[in-house]
Amino acid sequence: MSVSNSIGIVSAKRAQFDTPLVFRSAAVLPHYELVYETYGTLNADKSNAILICHALSGHHHVAGYYADDPRNIGWWDNMIGPGKPVDTDKFFVIGVNNLGGCHGSTGPSSIEPETGQPYGANFPVITVEDWVNSQARLADLLGIRQFAAVVGGSLGGMQALQWSLTFPERVRHVLAIATAPHLTAQNIAFNDVARSAILSDPNFHGGHFYRHNVVPTQGLRLARMLGHITYLSDDVMADKFGRELRDGKINYSYGIEFEIESYLRYQGDKFASYFDANTYLLMTKALDYFDPAHDYGGDLNKAFARAKADFLVISFTTDWRFSPERSHEIVQPLLRNRRNVSYAEITSTHGHDSFLLPHPHYFDVMRSYLDNVASECP
Amino acid sequence: MKYNNIARLAAERPDFAAIAAWIPQGAAVLDLGCGNGSLLRFLKETRGVCGYGVEIRDLDIVACIANGVNVIQNDLESGLAEFESDSFDFVILSQTLQATRYTEALIHEMLRVGREGIVSFPNFGYWQNRVSVLFGNMPVSKELPYQWYDTPNVHLCTLHDFEAFCANHHVAVLERRVMTGEREARWLPNLLGSTAVYRFQRGI
Repeated sequence: MSVSNSIGIVSAKRAQFDTPLVFRSAAVLPHYELVYETYGTLNADKSNAILICHALSGHHHVAGYYADDPRNIGWWDNMIGPGKPVDTDKFFVIGVNNLGGCHGSTGPSSIEPETGQPYGANFPVITVEDWVNSQARLADLLGIRQFAAVVGGSLGGMQALQWSLTFPERVRHVLAIATAPHLTAQNIAFNDVARSAILSDPNFHGGHFYRHNVVPTQGLRLARMLGHITYLSDDVMADKFGRELRDGKINYSYGIEFEIESYLRYQGDKFASYFDANTYLLMTKALDYFDPAHDYGGDLNKAFARAKADFLVISFTTDWRFSPERSHEIVQPLLRNRRNVSYAEITSTHGHDSFLLPHPHYFDVMRSYLDNVASECP
Repeated sequence: MKYNNIARLAAERPDFAAIAAWIPQGAAVLDLGCGNGSLLRFLKETRGVCGYGVEIRDLDIVACIANGVNVIQNDLESGLAEFESDSFDFVILSQTLQATRYTEALIHEMLRVGREGIVSFPNFGYWQNRVSVLFGNMPVSKELPYQWYDTPNVHLCTLHDFEAFCANHHVAVLERRVMTGEREARWLPNLLGSTAVYRFQRGI
C-alpha cells in the first residue's frame, strides 16, 4: 500500500459530553464520550469542515495511520488525503466513532457509571437521528456551525441524509453513497438473521456476556459471514472463488472444502475477534429503523421538503443490498423539492463493497463535486 | 471569464441562443442528453433556470458536475419515470433527437413531464446533405460529423419530416427557428437551414 499521498500519522481524540442525550426511543444517556480524528486545517471562518459518517463496522479512523501501528490504515484512506477526492489540503475532515460503537466511543462495552459494569444490553437502542444529534454536539465543540459537506456510504449515507433533515441549516452538501431512504423487507430480513445468530449464541447471556468473561464469537462470526455474502456481487464471488476446492478434491465431509467457505470463515473469525456483538445488534437496528418518511405518513417528498442542502447521490450497478433503484428513491423527492441534486451510477463489479474501493469514474465524480464545494470555501 | 465562456458558447452553438431566447427567467428546465452540461450552464447563467440534465456517459457526468449543473446518470430512453408529470416548464432535447431509438415514445414522455418541449436537430434536408446524397455519399459535415458506419444517428429527418411527425402525433408546434451557423435561414429553410430548433406543446 502506497502511503506517499497519505495524510500520514494521525491520532484519535476524545470528547466528553455531560449534557444528557435524549434518544428517539426516549432513553437518556446522561454522559458519553466520542472518539474522533481530524485531518487538514479548519479555515478561519470554519466553513471547510467535512464530516465522514461510517457504516456498520466502521469507526473514526478514516484516513492515515498510527505512529505506533503503521499498518493500521484508515478505512477510507483511498478517498481521503492530500490531493485525494476528499482533499485534506482543502478540507478539514472529521471521522467519528458513532455512539454505541466499539472503537472507543461510549457503547455497550463501556462502563455504565451507575453500575460500574459494562452497559451490555442496558445500552439504549440507537437510531440514525440520535447519531446525528450526537455528531452535532461534536460539531458544536469544534466550533463548526455548518459543514461544507457530510459524506457517508451505506449506513453512513443514511446519516448524511438525516443531517439534511435534522439540521437543514448546518450542512451545505450531502454526499449519500450506496444507500437507501429506508431498508426493504429483504434487507431487514438479512439483519434479523444476523441478529438471531448473535442472540441465540449461548455465550451472549442476554447481552451481558462481559460479566461472564466470554464472547458470543460463534454468533458474531455467523452474522458477519451472512453480511459479507450480501456485500459482494455474485460475479465477484464467481470470479474470486468460483468452485475452487481447497484440497483440490472433494472430501465428502462437512469441513471446509470450497475456497468461498474458507474465505467466509476467515472473514467471520477476523471480525468476531475485535467487534462487539452488542454494537452489531445496535447498528443493524439503526439500519432497520431508518425511515425519514415515517413521520410524514410515508411521504418522502414531504420529509425532504425541509432539506436545504445540495446533494450528490451515488450507487453501484452490482450493489444488490443497496441497489441503484434505492438511490433513485432518494433522487426523486429531491427533484420534486427542487433541490440541487446530481446522481451517478457507477459500473462496478464489486457489489455493495464498491463504495470502499477505488474506481476511476467514482473518484472522478467525487473529486469534481468536492472541488466545487471547496471553491465555495474561502 | 464567465462572460467570455458564455459568449464563446453562444458563437459555437447558435441553437443555444435560440433556445435561451424562448426560456423565461427562472424557468424549470430538464435537458435530455445534456452532454457536458454546457446548455444547462448557459441557461443557468443567462436565464437563471432551475435545471437538471439526464446523461448516460461517464465522462459527461463528471463534466456536468465540474460545470456546476445538476445531472442524473440514466438512459433517457429507459423512460423518464423519475420525473413527475408536468414537473418542468421546458423539456429540451438538444441535438439528441436523431440519436434516439424510441423517438415517438420519448417525445410523448417529454410532453408528459414538461409543459413545453424544445428540440434541436441537424436538418437532413439541408442542401449540402442533399448534394452529398445526390453524388452518392452519406453526408459528413460539422452538423453530421460521423461516418455512416460509426454514427449514433439512427433517426435523421428533415424539417418537413419533423413537422409531419408532429401533425400525426398530436404535437402542436409553437415556434420554429432554422439556422445555418449563426445566421437565421428564413428563406427555403428546409433547403437552406442546417439546424432546426422547435418549441412545441401537447396538441388537441
